[in-house]
Amino acid sequence: MTGASPGATPVTAGATAPRRGLRLPNLPAKYYSVTLITLILVVGQFVGGIVGGFDIVATCLGLSLGLELLMGRLLRGAWPSLLSAYISGNSVAILTKPSGELLWPYAAGALISIASKYVLTYRNRHLWNPTNFSFSVLLLLAPGSMSLLSHQWGNGAATWVVMAVGLLVVWRAKVLPITLAYVAAFAALAWPRSLLTGREWLTELAPLTGPMYMLLIFFMLTDPRTVVRSTRGRVTVVVLIALLEALIRLLPQTDMRVLDPLLSAPAIFALAVVGPIAMVLDLKKEAAEKRARTSTVPVPA
Amino acid sequence: MAPPLPPRHPVARSVVAVLFVGLLGGSWWLDRHPFASQVARSGTAAEALATFGFALTEVARARGVDFTHHQAHLDPLLANVEPHVAAMGAAISIADADGDGRPDLYATNSDFGHPNALWLQQPDGRFRDAAAQAGVADLNQEGEGVSMGSIWADIDNDGDEDLFVHKWGYPQLLRNERVPSGELRFTDVSSPAGLRRWMNSNGASWIDYDRDGLIDLYVAGYFPERFDLWDLKGETRIMHDSFEFADNGGHNVLWRNLGAGPDGLPRFEDVTARLQCDSTRWTLAVAAADFDGDGWLDLYLANDYGPEEFFRNVEGRRFELAGVGLSEDSKSGMSVALGDTRNAGTVDVYVTNISKNLYLFQGNNLRVNRLAEGQGFENVAREGVLVDCGWAWGSQFGDLNNDGWQDLVVLNGFISADREQDYWYDMSLVAGGAGNLFEDTRNWAPIGDRSLSGYERSRVLLSLQGRRFLDVAGAVGCLDLFDGRAVALADLRGRGALDLVVANQKGPLLVYENQVDPARDWVSFALEGTASNRSALGASVTLEWTAADAAGAKPADRTQTRVVDGGSGFCSQNERALHFGLGFGARITRAVVRWPSGHAQVLVAPGVRTRHAVREDAP
Repeated sequence: MTGASPGATPVTAGATAPRRGLRLPNLPAKYYSVTLITLILVVGQFVGGIVGGFDIVATCLGLSLGLELLMGRLLRGAWPSLLSAYISGNSVAILTKPSGELLWPYAAGALISIASKYVLTYRNRHLWNPTNFSFSVLLLLAPGSMSLLSHQWGNGAATWVVMAVGLLVVWRAKVLPITLAYVAAFAALAWPRSLLTGREWLTELAPLTGPMYMLLIFFMLTDPRTVVRSTRGRVTVVVLIALLEALIRLLPQTDMRVLDPLLSAPAIFALAVVGPIAMVLDLKKEAAEKRARTSTVPVPA
Repeated sequence: MAPPLPPRHPVARSVVAVLFVGLLGGSWWLDRHPFASQVARSGTAAEALATFGFALTEVARARGVDFTHHQAHLDPLLANVEPHVAAMGAAISIADADGDGRPDLYATNSDFGHPNALWLQQPDGRFRDAAAQAGVADLNQEGEGVSMGSIWADIDNDGDEDLFVHKWGYPQLLRNERVPSGELRFTDVSSPAGLRRWMNSNGASWIDYDRDGLIDLYVAGYFPERFDLWDLKGETRIMHDSFEFADNGGHNVLWRNLGAGPDGLPRFEDVTARLQCDSTRWTLAVAAADFDGDGWLDLYLANDYGPEEFFRNVEGRRFELAGVGLSEDSKSGMSVALGDTRNAGTVDVYVTNISKNLYLFQGNNLRVNRLAEGQGFENVAREGVLVDCGWAWGSQFGDLNNDGWQDLVVLNGFISADREQDYWYDMSLVAGGAGNLFEDTRNWAPIGDRSLSGYERSRVLLSLQGRRFLDVAGAVGCLDLFDGRAVALADLRGRGALDLVVANQKGPLLVYENQVDPARDWVSFALEGTASNRSALGASVTLEWTAADAAGAKPADRTQTRVVDGGSGFCSQNERALHFGLGFGARITRAVVRWPSGHAQVLVAPGVRTRHAVREDAP
């Protein structure tokens, strides 16, 4: 679910890879992400048939990759890297759970994801994680046709394998603090939620153990193109996301029934609200810093 | 971060932006299916009769049927989830209990002290509850468990229908005694028959798997049998350990009918292990039929929290769990309805599941039987009302408008309580988590008085010549919003029209009388086995006839197969006789009866608008 724009500088793991202990191939981190999403797709399909069929994968990948190529060439004059679109396409294939055997929610999800990167931009940067945006709008626009993967995969080892590989990947991509901060914030906020709702703390923690949250913490939250620059800022943002998510999860304690659709995917909607705001603020700050640097550079005589 | 690339082609950007908005709008538009409504508009009965060829009228009270289901109250440890856990037990089965030629109704209750009811049909079409006099009322007793469903069969081939009640508790086999005075009386023969074994069962079906003429019994366990749900002794880890792959449910049991023992009472033997047909998935529904046409009755199971299972009968020696395209399609199977949906002479399967906007689309399955083609079952339910009925429960096929195509009735709704408070979010919390979390009921949020897919209406899906289905429930008069569980079909008054009997959880038993366009032909067959079990359960009739789709239209050749029901749908059993709608100007070529004994019998040109009594002519 990374949304790396063409021309993005890849986060290179090899430059700072540890010399002792675990040694991994010297590859840019995004290749590990591609490996992980492929692993989730294959394991999920093998263990539980979560994707559903080749036509679904073909639709999602075909449209994602095709639109990425088209948009990149048309709007930016260059052939874009397809890794981001590959991850988006796979994510749509895994997470989308439509009514019956409808194919169009997959197609719409893939197209909206990629298109959003080129349309919803600020200072030439897209603000939303592509699939986070498409899932959010489709849940609101097409509630009778679309839901997200909300079940678990089973109790076998596959879940833990994906979890372990996911942690490895975010570590290599140097975004492990984001993942850990979000998990810690979610767990901590589950406690007051438990007190307020009367549910067990374990009940409030339960979503963390499901596959949707794996995709969230390993891909959406850590998308290098839609996170702010500093580690401290990134941690702050995911804590705010967890906080808004906690508030959404408390909606049943209020009378705001009109907001009930948000309960179907609280983390997705929280990220969709907090993420772009953080990005805009960070981009503004970056621009201000650039202006300040420019104004303080001595002009040669 | 990447250096931002300058925007190019402002016109192209504008075009892309417009297309983007179009994508969003198109998604909204597609979600509402403005181009292909699958729900017919409501209207009057006369309009329904003219448009669809039939209309339904709810007549339970008018026919003397006054019955309300009561739900179980379980161990206080389960108080937080009791409305959820105990939301089953309303069941209906139809058989001619008193041998007067008229279908009677047996409805279950599920709370201690609340009796089951046996509604005997009187000559005037009204019903009289004879359960207490007959000894089949007070089955819901502390220490014995409560009723979850019932199925009828002539277990001893003595010419009358005996009753099996599966329970959360000790199942009961009630033998129909022939009392010379004509009085209806049943004797509990569970213990001598070897059936007194605690189970938490929500499904059962009769199946003469070994073709010995004695009907055998397959009973499905739901909660593990080690649990007494009224006395859990502190145990709260009683739930499924996965929402999609759970296999920690109760054991299923196949009991072979050994015939009468020295004391004249029936004997059954547990042959599950030997026949290899156990499953610890959370089986909610079972149906038996010869799906693969090899002359041996097979088993089809719908499992909650897991994939469906098809047990192929290998010549009565064993069952094999066949790979027929079911194992990877994991859902929440609630019901198994059997019908020949394409008029292809096959036994297809409809399995209900759960759908809820925003949260979950499991979708119901219409599995077309392609076993004869060397393939498996193909799910042809793609979209629309056939797939998404809500939280679907019982279902049954039957030709409601006598047009020669089998229609489908689907009941829906789980817990109808406070309309303003919903439990779906709370359930989604644990449903998304690890299995060992939601296996423990303590980790489930208290449901209280909240609804969970409540107030969902039933669907009456009219087959449009097997190509697609149209929901005409509102148009034909099926408008109730009770939490439907079991539905059974019968031509209650012998008028050539299939009526609906609906059992609702914590609700009334409903009888929908069907008024069909009299211009449409029909035929039915009441089978009696000789070499086969006398009730002919599992027998099939394949009818070949010529008829037109409309009055004056050109007739066409047609074929359709129906199976005598030993228990199907969800906790229901249809009337024994097989009803065929025929269309206009029908002429029957022949009817082929395939008996459970393996014998085939051909009836040449049986007349229309008649119920034919057919006795097996095997030696």
